[in-house]
Amino acid sequence: MTGKLSRTCAIVGAAETDTIGKLPGMSRLAIHAQAAKNALADAGLSLQDVDGLFCAPAGPNELSEYLNIVPRYVDGTSVGGCSYMIFVRHAVAAIAAGYCDVALIVHGESGRSGIDMPGLDGPASPNGQFEQPFGTRGAPTTYSLPVLRHFHEYGTTKRQMSHVPAATREWAVLNPRAMMHDKGPITPEDVEASPLVCYPFNLLDCCLVADGGGALVITSAERARDMRQKPIHVLGTGEATAHRQVSMMRDFTTSDSTVLSGKAAFAEAGLDHADIDHLMLYDAFSFTPMLFLEDLGFVAKGEAGAFVSETRTGPDGKLVYKTGPGGDLPMNTNGGGLSYCHSGRYGMYALIEAVTQLRGDAGARQVEGIETSLVHGPGRQFAAAGTVILANA
Amino acid sequence: MDGAYEGKLPRPTPETLPFWQGAKAGKLMLPWCEDCGQPHFYPRAICPHCLSDRLDWRQASGRGKLHTYVINHRAAKGFTAPYVIAVVELAEGPRMLSNVVTEGEPTPDMLTIDMDLEVTFDPVTDDITLPRFRPAP
Ligand SMILES: [Zn+2]
Repeated sequence: MTGKLSRTCAIVGAAETDTIGKLPGMSRLAIHAQAAKNALADAGLSLQDVDGLFCAPAGPNELSEYLNIVPRYVDGTSVGGCSYMIFVRHAVAAIAAGYCDVALIVHGESGRSGIDMPGLDGPASPNGQFEQPFGTRGAPTTYSLPVLRHFHEYGTTKRQMSHVPAATREWAVLNPRAMMHDKGPITPEDVEASPLVCYPFNLLDCCLVADGGGALVITSAERARDMRQKPIHVLGTGEATAHRQVSMMRDFTTSDSTVLSGKAAFAEAGLDHADIDHLMLYDAFSFTPMLFLEDLGFVAKGEAGAFVSETRTGPDGKLVYKTGPGGDLPMNTNGGGLSYCHSGRYGMYALIEAVTQLRGDAGARQVEGIETSLVHGPGRQFAAAGTVILANA
Repeated sequence: MDGAYEGKLPRPTPETLPFWQGAKAGKLMLPWCEDCGQPHFYPRAICPHCLSDRLDWRQASGRGKLHTYVINHRAAKGFTAPYVIAVVELAEGPRMLSNVVTEGEPTPDMLTIDMDLEVTFDPVTDDITLPRFRPAP
């Protein structure tokens, strides 16, 4: 059984800004615009073909103005890093309803250079009153809060968690575009020897800080058949939002929104976990994808630590991580937010990597025989969530 | 004290004002629902359990448990690293984000998940007092 919108739409364009990392010459809106231009070129379409605009953190009004277009469908859902997974879902629904034919989904952030970036929630907001006055300072101080509760309840250890950045770096070493490509491999011991940022996180537990953008073009499966790129079919999607602040998690060992979003995506796709060949689980921090492995049902609750820290010795004598190159469950194959790029709302890069892998264009890091990919991300700190299951056939 | 404190300050709203007035007076105040009988936090204008707007402010015990925490080594403005950011589960049920104040630099071995805590009030400016917590004796 699949949902009625499963396979009705496909991703036909996917591209990032020309470069990622440091873009001191580009504003937030300029990054959005270049990403849009590159994705349309990838799809072989022009701006005039776009009649649905989905974007964040730029609002649809400011981006329609910047690009000089008048889309007949607009969506400015802005719930954090998973906004782009949610846009894929909304685009599928809008296309199925006939509200638009060509959906352009755009992301762009001057996350490192800070050119025209929005600020924190104000002092009268709940976050401004009940978190910021207690010394929270950016994501390392909030994404970290659930970790020790998970350690306490399930016996998860820091050494287990340290395997995530090490496995992810193995992929970055194979990806010439990754910001950490030239830095070479790291071990779990290296993670723990890096400077303390916010216990239990050391520096190598934390994602990169970068400028960058990306965009996707989605259209109906029917129209996708005649397009330039091999269509990447949208099999199932999910979304949810559960709260805004990390301190409002109902259970610090579970993301309520991830559970709901993941179930919806699997049900719509009509697939089981064993059918998924490739995972992109948003890694804002080492712990983040561990919680998603559990909440999406890839492992039982409490077992992510044992799962990610399982290693074996490959035929060449090299260590093979469970989620690294050659591992049983390839995850975050671009190098992730930890070693590829993270501009603040990383979800778009996770989607683009899934498309790249499914097209067979991933070069040295290509996962052989891949047919399906699941992309999942959080919005804010385990607050919102979005899930997309894609296939190349 | 005004002008000296560099940390982020809350700007109370109508539904949160009794909480901040209480803190200034050395009381940890919580809104209790007169319909479903449950307290909640952070303070809303309606009960998040049943949507009732019949709320009654009552003083909480000030006791709680350390639900989870981090030790921040890169200080926010107004703070000196390392310091503890914690989620405290109040004896009345709701959880709130706060700090755990320790004697000397905090280390993981002086902080145990679910350890008993008690509130302590820190008047950071003339208007704003922050409720923080310390290990209960
Ligand atoms: Zn109530």
